[in-house]
Amino acid sequence: MTEQTQAVENSSPSIGVSIFRIISGVLGHFVVKRFLFFLFVVWLASTVIFIIPRLSGQDPVKEKLLLEAQRGGAMQTGLDAMAKSYQKRFGLDQPMWVQYTNFVTDLAKLNLGVSIAFFPRTVNDIVFESLMWTLGLMGTVTILAFILGTLAGAILGWPRKPGWLQYVFMPLLTLSAIPQYLLGMILIFAFAFKLGWLPLFGGYAPATMPNLSFSFIVEVLRHAILPAFAIIFSSIGFWAIGMRGMMINTQGEDYMIQADAKGLKGSRIFMRYAVRNALLPQVTGLALVMGTIITGQVLVERVFSYPGVGDILFQAIRLSDFFVIRGIVIVIVLGIAGATFLLDVLYPLLDPRIRVRNS
Amino acid sequence: MSTEQAIQTYREGARITDVDALVIEGFSVYYETDAGTVKACDDVTFTLKQGERFALVGESGSGKTTLAMGLMRLTRPPGHIASGSVTLNGRDVTKLSDSEMRKTRLSELALVPQGAMNSLNPVMRIGRQIIDGILDHLDEDAGVPTKDELQETVRDLLIRVGLRPGVARLHPHELSGGMKQRVAMAIGISLQPNLIIADEPTSALDVVVQRQIMQTLGRLQEGLDASIMLVGHDMGLVAQFADTIGVMYAGKLVEVGPVEEVFSEPKHPYTTLLIRSLPSLQEKREFLGIPGLPPQLIHLPQGCAFADRCPSRFEKCDESIPQMINLGGRRKTACHLYEGEGQS
Repeated sequence: MTEQTQAVENSSPSIGVSIFRIISGVLGHFVVKRFLFFLFVVWLASTVIFIIPRLSGQDPVKEKLLLEAQRGGAMQTGLDAMAKSYQKRFGLDQPMWVQYTNFVTDLAKLNLGVSIAFFPRTVNDIVFESLMWTLGLMGTVTILAFILGTLAGAILGWPRKPGWLQYVFMPLLTLSAIPQYLLGMILIFAFAFKLGWLPLFGGYAPATMPNLSFSFIVEVLRHAILPAFAIIFSSIGFWAIGMRGMMINTQGEDYMIQADAKGLKGSRIFMRYAVRNALLPQVTGLALVMGTIITGQVLVERVFSYPGVGDILFQAIRLSDFFVIRGIVIVIVLGIAGATFLLDVLYPLLDPRIRVRNS
Repeated sequence: MSTEQAIQTYREGARITDVDALVIEGFSVYYETDAGTVKACDDVTFTLKQGERFALVGESGSGKTTLAMGLMRLTRPPGHIASGSVTLNGRDVTKLSDSEMRKTRLSELALVPQGAMNSLNPVMRIGRQIIDGILDHLDEDAGVPTKDELQETVRDLLIRVGLRPGVARLHPHELSGGMKQRVAMAIGISLQPNLIIADEPTSALDVVVQRQIMQTLGRLQEGLDASIMLVGHDMGLVAQFADTIGVMYAGKLVEVGPVEEVFSEPKHPYTTLLIRSLPSLQEKREFLGIPGLPPQLIHLPQGCAFADRCPSRFEKCDESIPQMINLGGRRKTACHLYEGEGQS
């Protein structure tokens, strides 16, 4: 009996301690830490997003109705009552803390509310649809430009490159001095307007309905070519110049001299010693750019009337559709915070020096 | 380290053979700059026997590292090998094609680099860095060794340099300075070279580790029957380790001879002052330096480069550059004072 109690007494705190250890171990794990930080950033940013429009003292519903009323030239009687009923519909008549609680709960459920301008479509619906277009084009193109630019920079920064390469790459890099939207307009003028090879605007031909048929996919790709080139040509130089600088820096490192002294093959020194080390800051750059691609190309999307987030944001601002603007801003916050989180988690795999030890 | 102690610790039974491992003749490395030619290493001639430990000493900027890098043909532009021949195992390495030179590095001529602090690739595991060198020197006819064979080789090498085999899985930042230096030695001996160039292998290490590293290096060299060219400025370390010493000044070799003889009876005034400047435990005295500064390598005087600082200077020193004089018994010096004593 006494032995049993003793055993229980001995074991119970140890179970408690071990559960505590597991919990603190999980919380202490750097991935979990980074994820909690990610949630914190999203919460903080969305709170700011919640507060700022309310500080302005503007009433989006009333403003919208006033605008419509002016346009229609209608009498303003009953406008206040109408505004009240809409405010009730959007929950804007509630006390501030209730609105905030609702906002945060909705956000946690990833429910971004209902659009004012495109009522009754939900913001989720609008943002998601345009996000597909943006991610599909901009995501692919950004990664492509990163790969091509980094490769070009790596070769340009390599002292044993063939001399003529200098004369091929360097003029290409000057394209990065031209703003993307301007390059876009030049491309539209040349290839769509003058030559008529490619469509002028849009994500697909106006008459077609989006589906998964082969001809529609070809249509989408044809529409994507010009905006893709506008972005690739103007951002290749950005990646190439950064990479070239890092490659030249790497040349001065002791391990590069030692790699030569080890009698390694040129190709191995290039890839495993020079590029591998020069790539590290590039990857940081890529993660940060990926976080901002959603908004980074507003002007390009505008120029090509591409149905992406940038285009929707532009329309939402013009129509003062606060809920869509807010939804897009939250998606941007999620994008940047998410990219930073991914970078934090993946970077240690690339650079062993910053690997956090869990001991 | 006093002179007396140094001679006592001089190694017994050195296995110096009569075979020439490395013959350097009239070797010069110049840097072409806008301001003119910098003769960083000028007309250096000496011979290393198989099994010999040769130490190259001199102050910073005297051309020791330039010489060492030049021998491996690792001189980077604007530097270039201006003249001379470097005969290693009967072949002149200055005449090899780039790809032959690449294969010669590590397999015949290995570098154990300075400090070893950043000489390892920070993003690559130690084992991989050892394997890389082996893989790039395989014979085309012979098959590629299996992963297990390579791992076994790495294991053996790490044990030989006094590291535990588990180090193969670590990254450089997880090692101490001494451990990194040992890894650098493991890479250096991985293909059993006959000449190891150790460029200040113990700088940035504390004295206890320095001693261990030098002992390991000596043991490895004897195991391989290789020769060592030790580049450094730590006279105490050189006295303990080397058989032969070569003193460089302003890009030129000014004195060569067996360590114990050079330390007890230096010939060149620069060597004399260099040895006298070493602090001694036996007697407390004023800290002695060498007055003046070495000349700029871009504006070398017409005569002897050391003349301005030399206590034994006479007319001839300003007129012509002294040539290397053979004093017999493997001793040589480049000084006008000994012109009458030359042997052929």
